[in-house]
Amino acid sequence: MDMLINPTVVELSRLQFALTALYHFLFVPLTLGMTFILATMETVYVITGKQIYKEMTQFWGKLFGINFALGVATGLTMEFEFGTNWSMYSHFVGDIFGTPLAIEGLMAFFMESTFVGVMFFGWERMSRKAHLVVTYLVALGSNLSALWILIANGFMQDPQGGTFDPNTMRMQFSSFIELIFNPDAQAKFVHTSIAGFVTGSMFVMGISAYYMLTNKRKDMALRSFRIATLFGVISSIGVITLGDALGYIDGQKQPTKLAAMEAIWNTDYNTVSASWNLIAIPSRSEQKNIFEVSIPYILTPLLTHSETTVIPGIIQLEQEAKPKIVNGIKAMIALKEYNLDRSNTQALSTFKQYENDMGYGFLAMQFAPDQDLKKINATNLPSVLDKTAKDTIPNVWVEFWAFRLMVAAGFFMLALFAFAAYFSLKNEIEKHPTLLKLAMWSIPLPWVACEFGWITAENGRQPWTVFGWLPTFVSASSHSVGYMVFSLIGFTLLYSSFIAAELYLMFKYARLGPQDDHHGHGHGSAPAGGGMAGQPVFAKPSMDRK
Amino acid sequence: MDAYIYLKIFWFLILGILLMGLAIMVGMDMGVGTLMRFVGKTDGERREALNIVGPHWDGNQVWFILGGGAIFAAFPTLYATSFSVFYIVMILLLFSMIMRPVAFEYRSKVPSHRWRDSWDWVFLISGALPMIVYGAAMGNILEGVGFHFGWDGQYYQTESFIWYLLNPFAILCGVLSLSLAIYQGGTMLMIRGSGALYDRARNYASVGGVAALVLFVIGGFMVSGMKGFQLITGDPGMPANPVSGQTVTLANGAWMANYSAHPILWLVPLLGLAGMVLGVLALRANKPTLGWWMGALAWIGTIGAVGTSMFPFLMPSTDNINQSLTVWNSTGSEYNLIWMTIFGLIFLPIIISYTTWCFRVMRGKVAAPDTQDDHAY
Ligand code: HDD
Ligand code: HEM
Ligand code: HEM
Repeated sequence: MDMLINPTVVELSRLQFALTALYHFLFVPLTLGMTFILATMETVYVITGKQIYKEMTQFWGKLFGINFALGVATGLTMEFEFGTNWSMYSHFVGDIFGTPLAIEGLMAFFMESTFVGVMFFGWERMSRKAHLVVTYLVALGSNLSALWILIANGFMQDPQGGTFDPNTMRMQFSSFIELIFNPDAQAKFVHTSIAGFVTGSMFVMGISAYYMLTNKRKDMALRSFRIATLFGVISSIGVITLGDALGYIDGQKQPTKLAAMEAIWNTDYNTVSASWNLIAIPSRSEQKNIFEVSIPYILTPLLTHSETTVIPGIIQLEQEAKPKIVNGIKAMIALKEYNLDRSNTQALSTFKQYENDMGYGFLAMQFAPDQDLKKINATNLPSVLDKTAKDTIPNVWVEFWAFRLMVAAGFFMLALFAFAAYFSLKNEIEKHPTLLKLAMWSIPLPWVACEFGWITAENGRQPWTVFGWLPTFVSASSHSVGYMVFSLIGFTLLYSSFIAAELYLMFKYARLGPQDDHHGHGHGSAPAGGGMAGQPVFAKPSMDRK
Repeated sequence: MDAYIYLKIFWFLILGILLMGLAIMVGMDMGVGTLMRFVGKTDGERREALNIVGPHWDGNQVWFILGGGAIFAAFPTLYATSFSVFYIVMILLLFSMIMRPVAFEYRSKVPSHRWRDSWDWVFLISGALPMIVYGAAMGNILEGVGFHFGWDGQYYQTESFIWYLLNPFAILCGVLSLSLAIYQGGTMLMIRGSGALYDRARNYASVGGVAALVLFVIGGFMVSGMKGFQLITGDPGMPANPVSGQTVTLANGAWMANYSAHPILWLVPLLGLAGMVLGVLALRANKPTLGWWMGALAWIGTIGAVGTSMFPFLMPSTDNINQSLTVWNSTGSEYNLIWMTIFGLIFLPIIISYTTWCFRVMRGKVAAPDTQDDHAY
């Protein structure tokens, strides 16, 4: 090693990545979901020719645009941050990981971004059908971008389709098919894009509820509300089913993540009666839960979809890691010797023997004296092994609670959508102001679920950036602390002012409601029941005639 | 192994095309952003300027994103190293780039004069700064950058960012790139704008074109005199690893070696010069569409000239010259380049056709929208 890795720089780089990614993902889910809701509204417009559906599309489109701008802006950061802050990571897996990112640009961003301008500006410049196609292409583009980025992320969670090459000191692409059909990536994609639909539905439902409560443009509000609740019921069932599938895959590929998610310290070999923790306060130092409320008998079927599969606990997983660490240390020492002298075939064959555990050797580096694996000897080996083994487990507390918050939000939203859809289909929704208020106040929930979902996924992958191969702390660029402080302060200032401007405009336009456009009808300030004043006759909503 | 060498060269050319596409399309929007405060005296004129690029800026920006993605995939080590070595300027570039989408969407959504004026400053900064950084980075790379690698492929940096920010040649390249952007942006404003906006845009664009011409010539002389890098040994088919495997020397005037070896290459910079001269003449003759294409030619010649001088170098190192990044030691694997080529060949024609369609649908002169209209920027 040339220089020692500075743990402060690594922590700051992680903080910056987490902040910018979580921030980006504030805008992504709404884009993913709203594009399809807009397309649906516009489809109704094109089929029925009813002007109100065009107005609906344009009004919700305006709110969509306010959100979209920040999605684009913060996405730019993501694309470049791997290079600016994770140079060793980019060098190590760029050959594989860069490809889905490049394809995302070619296939998805170009399509979405080129057509989005035409979608906003092109209403008068083409036929209705052509415009509808444009709207669908925007929706397709945004969801394709999710597909490719999640294929990239899937590779980090479960590296499929790449092999390590000691001559280039990096993982090299070996199978395109394995990369794209990685089960983790596939499940992630479906779960995430459907989470976007949940977000879009909640947004439209909540704001429509607000219009009903304040008697603004009821014609539009009732229709939007109904479309949103139907979308919402279907997509929240989907998000829960697929979330369950995702947890199942995690359990197989990343047992450390699963054990942390469920705060399981000790392996329970009696799979029938093993109990599932509903609430727990995990303690890292004592390696147990200080407090827990658990339900017996349901753990095994819930997580493994079987009666007999044993779920390994954290303590057992740590023990299982130790032999891998010993092998990994040998692999890394041999790899270095080979790289300093390419004719050393002895070193190469030693490396080949232990290759699959090399990641654990990387991981042990931080606990070796002077970060030099060669300085590990019989006396300090046990302590290095111990520390490294403990390091293979992610932060249990964060993992456990982040996961629970997401799941709780998911079930709550399903119930809310179901009630709302039921009353909306019975044309009784206006008789239930409490439900409407609840719908309005629940708008932030899908965002909460999404953010905590990502924290579950990414915190649970720790200590790796590429699971089992490349630890996070070696992945970072070798910057100075000063550089990191500079960029962190800049991002914080910029991003805070962005969110202030976005919320200001969102609230302004949502409160103003759809009346403000240049057709100049249906002013929301009209008294109760008068939301239709000045409406063209054909726009009268049928559901008002009950 | 032969196929791998061809793929490496092919992706070097694609890298060049992406950098040109980015400079032409994003540069045009950045030029409009830079000029907006100057060509638009009233709010209406400024909105007219914005709406000229309004439907297309996001699509154009994808050239920038695709450039990043393609470098990541096809030249992973170049992506990893260059972005980290230039950290402070990259972050400044990023800050100004991310303010731009927000400025577009938010500027005209509130009628207040102060709100709009603040965003207009954002347009100026987020237009001019990235173009200066873009050019300055190219200039720095020509001069060589202070970095080297550890055995595991991690880079280490030895020079401070102040040095690479403030050196005359890099500044010259930065201003050259800004001038070309102003030229291209001004030309676009002429194509779709009218009245006073048209006249002012014409003047600024002409100044930009002449400035670019002068700086390009001076820059050319500076490059011919500076210390260049030359590859002594290095197998083009080598596994992509910059840590060892090459020997490099430094020599005055070495950046001219490719031109001396193949005089036909002089056509590349000459094409750039021709673009600048003919472009300015076209604008004086009120032929902005012709002028736009000449501007594109100017960019192609400028970036092409840099690439021709440096080939096969991508980012030479002044710290350990043998670890300089070249086309031979920093690409992706053969397997990866094959897949990238397949996707590129399928999608680039598709992208070009729908982009053309969108420009056609939205073509024509733009009128200034009234202050309250929020179906426009
Ligand atoms: C509206 C948003 C939303 C809702 C209601 C849910 N999720 Fe989720 N979840 C996400 C939004 C999300 C997400 C933001 O999209 C994540 C982050 C990473 C990913 O792939 O999707 C995620 C991740 C994520 C992960 C971690 C994936 C990994 O480690 O790679 C699991 C195991 C689940 N989810 C499971 C569930 C279950 C069992 C739910 C039952 C209610 C659930 N999710 C509801
Ligand atoms: C946009 C949704 C995403 C969010 C909200 C998110 C969130 C996070 C969080 C919270 C961390 C910090 C984990 C920790 O340090 O404990 C993190 C780390 C990281 N994530 Fe993600 N992530 C997202 C998507 C992705 C994707 C798609 C990729 C790759 C394509 C990725 C790559 C990384 C990397 C490289 C790190 C840094 C190393 C680390 O600390 O793990 N993330 N992310
Ligand atoms: C952390 C890794 C990520 C990177 C590198 C990244 C990159 C980007 C970039 C560069 C943009 C701007 C595109 C433009 O200008 O048009 C963007 C926007 C967007 N991203 Fe991300 N993103 C990441 C995470 C995600 C995730 C996890 C998803 C989906 C699940 C996603 C989906 C989107 C969508 C839908 C947009 C909307 C704007 C657009 O496509 O133009 N991104 N992202």
